[in-house]
Amino acid sequence: MTNKSVTRRGVLKSGAVAGTGLALPTIFTASSAAAYTNEPTGSSVVLGFNVPQTGPYAEEGNDELLAQQLAVEHLNGEGDGGCMNTFSSKALKGNGILGKKVEFVTGDTQTKSDAARASAKSMIEKDGAIMINGGSSSGVAVAVQGLCQEAGVIFMAGLTHANDTTGKDKKANGFRHFFNAYMSGAALAPVLAAEMGKERRAYHLTADYNWGWTQEESIVASTEALGWETVNTVKTPLASTDFSSYIAPVLNSGADVLVLNHYGGNMVNSLTNAIQFGLLDKVANGKDFKIVVPLYSELMAAGAGENIKGVLGSMNWNWQLQDEGTKAFVKSFGEKYGKPPSNSAQTCYAQTLLYADAVERAGTFNPCGVAEALEDFEFDGLGNGPTWYRGADHQCFKDVLVVRGNENPTNAYDTLEIVEITPRAQVEYDPEHPMFAGGELGKCNSGA
Amino acid sequence: MDAILLQILNGLDKGSAYALIALGLTLIFGTLGVVNFAHGALFMIGAFCAVSVQKLLNLSFVTLDETQKDFLGNPLKVETPYVQSWFGPEVGATIIDWSVPLAILFAIPIMLMVGYVMERGLIKHFYKRPHADQILVTFGLAIVMQEVVKYFFGANPIQTPPPEALSGSVDLGIMIGFDTNAIIYPIWRLVYFAFAVGIIGAVFSFLQFTTFGMVVRAGMADRETVGLLGINIDRRFTIMFGIAAAVAGLAGVMYGPLNPPNYHMGMDFLVLSFVVVVVGGMGSLPGAVLAGFLLGILESFASTTWATTTIPGINQIIIYLVAIIVLLTRPRGLMGRKGVMEE
Repeated sequence: MTNKSVTRRGVLKSGAVAGTGLALPTIFTASSAAAYTNEPTGSSVVLGFNVPQTGPYAEEGNDELLAQQLAVEHLNGEGDGGCMNTFSSKALKGNGILGKKVEFVTGDTQTKSDAARASAKSMIEKDGAIMINGGSSSGVAVAVQGLCQEAGVIFMAGLTHANDTTGKDKKANGFRHFFNAYMSGAALAPVLAAEMGKERRAYHLTADYNWGWTQEESIVASTEALGWETVNTVKTPLASTDFSSYIAPVLNSGADVLVLNHYGGNMVNSLTNAIQFGLLDKVANGKDFKIVVPLYSELMAAGAGENIKGVLGSMNWNWQLQDEGTKAFVKSFGEKYGKPPSNSAQTCYAQTLLYADAVERAGTFNPCGVAEALEDFEFDGLGNGPTWYRGADHQCFKDVLVVRGNENPTNAYDTLEIVEITPRAQVEYDPEHPMFAGGELGKCNSGA
Repeated sequence: MDAILLQILNGLDKGSAYALIALGLTLIFGTLGVVNFAHGALFMIGAFCAVSVQKLLNLSFVTLDETQKDFLGNPLKVETPYVQSWFGPEVGATIIDWSVPLAILFAIPIMLMVGYVMERGLIKHFYKRPHADQILVTFGLAIVMQEVVKYFFGANPIQTPPPEALSGSVDLGIMIGFDTNAIIYPIWRLVYFAFAVGIIGAVFSFLQFTTFGMVVRAGMADRETVGLLGINIDRRFTIMFGIAAAVAGLAGVMYGPLNPPNYHMGMDFLVLSFVVVVVGGMGSLPGAVLAGFLLGILESFASTTWATTTIPGINQIIIYLVAIIVLLTRPRGLMGRKGVMEE
């Protein structure tokens, strides 16, 4: 006979254990009734748009949000349909996704990894978001991609240019439509050789964080392959506001090209400072001094004003492209918002349509079915011509643009001119390329 | 040698901004005893005074140019500034070109008013509260001010270029016997340094050579005794708050052409400026100016390739490193007075 007395302490312990178990967040374990995380059961489906609404990239985030809202309108059969009319896949019918009306919730990444994860988690856990789309930073993209992998939802990245997003940090649930630093180098190198020659000495100023390092590595590799010499690579703190003390040493360094591996406010300020110091008026080694900004965006170009005139860089997409997909998107966006879209807006719009189309083709919202539909998907009509979503690393491959600051802009929007459309084949690389090595895609997680 | 001179110039230039902001902070702390974390926001508002003047001068009327098309294929909207229409294209363009110097005239009354309203409307209620309360309320105010600016002007930086005549760079090397192109320096950075020296000189002269300044200095030394003499010292201190706000604002107006203003620029300077004040000595005006230039020069040298390769990361910590050393060896700062913030 055993004597099992019930004590107050025992009741409290058992209660605490049971309570903790019940209170465990359910986002990482889909309910037993659902086959996957946030399986839509009603007449609508919720998409989560996670963009910077505050902080230094708020303008870019706002542009992404406008494009995402436009995509939702088009998916629901409202407006002029935009790229649904030009998209090579005809799975989308303008009646939502799989017949369910598309709704959306938004989160504010603040361009901070922890805030972005918190807002994505909230949208998945509280709002039932079936996918997460958007963002304007590689740090944020990698952080949110990891969260979506754990949560069992699809992550359609926004503006993220670091090689790592689809390199060492790639995930089976994450997909990137935007180009990357390697592609910038591969696209820029031939144009740099043609315009500046093969005997150049480059000085790099690089934002001291993950994206800056991968871009510097990519540009150094591609320019040295041309025959250029790298004089110096200097890391600048991300929080820097004045770059004069970094620019001054360039003057007498023996360099004749300055490469600014900066983005956002860093790029605007470092370029402004370089122009102030008269670098573009300087002759070094018997050649005109040149500046290169490998990653451009329209909004940053506007911030840099006249300083970008003549400065070369690369872009994922530009509203001045003349393919049918671009024309349809620019018309739709321009008529609704009164301005042409930025390349971050375009990538978020395309990602939303690509996700919806993949769901339609898979016939399910199950992330693993969607991922399978996206992998090695070949399409056209969303801008940049024929595009391939490579299955091996979930990186999109399409034409890349080399652009230059317009010498004679006619309005506030044509601050950049397209110099060359680099064919897709020229920017492709092996999934095992050393710059992308070190990570595993892993297995798709549906949250089941 | 030319590289050293270049970094000294850069340091003086950075130090100019630090010194001007720290001077205002010290004026407020020395007179009112308030630790004003909204001072960086005043610098930012000054810069946006220049942005506002630029936008006002660029107010335009629109005509349609049928010969050109916009991005949607519609006739291009051509904007002509009213000032060009009123004063002719050349005079109008010159007025727009000089918008930053003209903004000084606009910024002085605006900043005096902002300072006055800030002090009377909010900060005076916190005089007798602990410094922690003052820091919290002024920091909150700074966030509100920057969000208001972001609401109206957006988050992107906005270019406020210098006048054409003062843009570009000048070969200083030739003037002092160096080779051509050895020391090339932007003209506006030299203008900024000269402007900072002028403002600092004007503030010191005002305090040193006017009756008002004499009373303020007396009030800073012993507020109660000056009050017992029947002088309304509170009123004078309120005016000093306005002057401190104007100094920060003018520093911001002139800083715009160096780096395009954005809503966050005040925060970028705030922490550094407090370090400058502490290193200079709380309440010491000459200390704030000296520390501003000193730390500016040290920061510039720490950013050189030689320094960053010798001690990686030194450029990011130099100011705080110096602050630690100064506070360990001279706890009251370089020129701090006994009894200030020690009770």
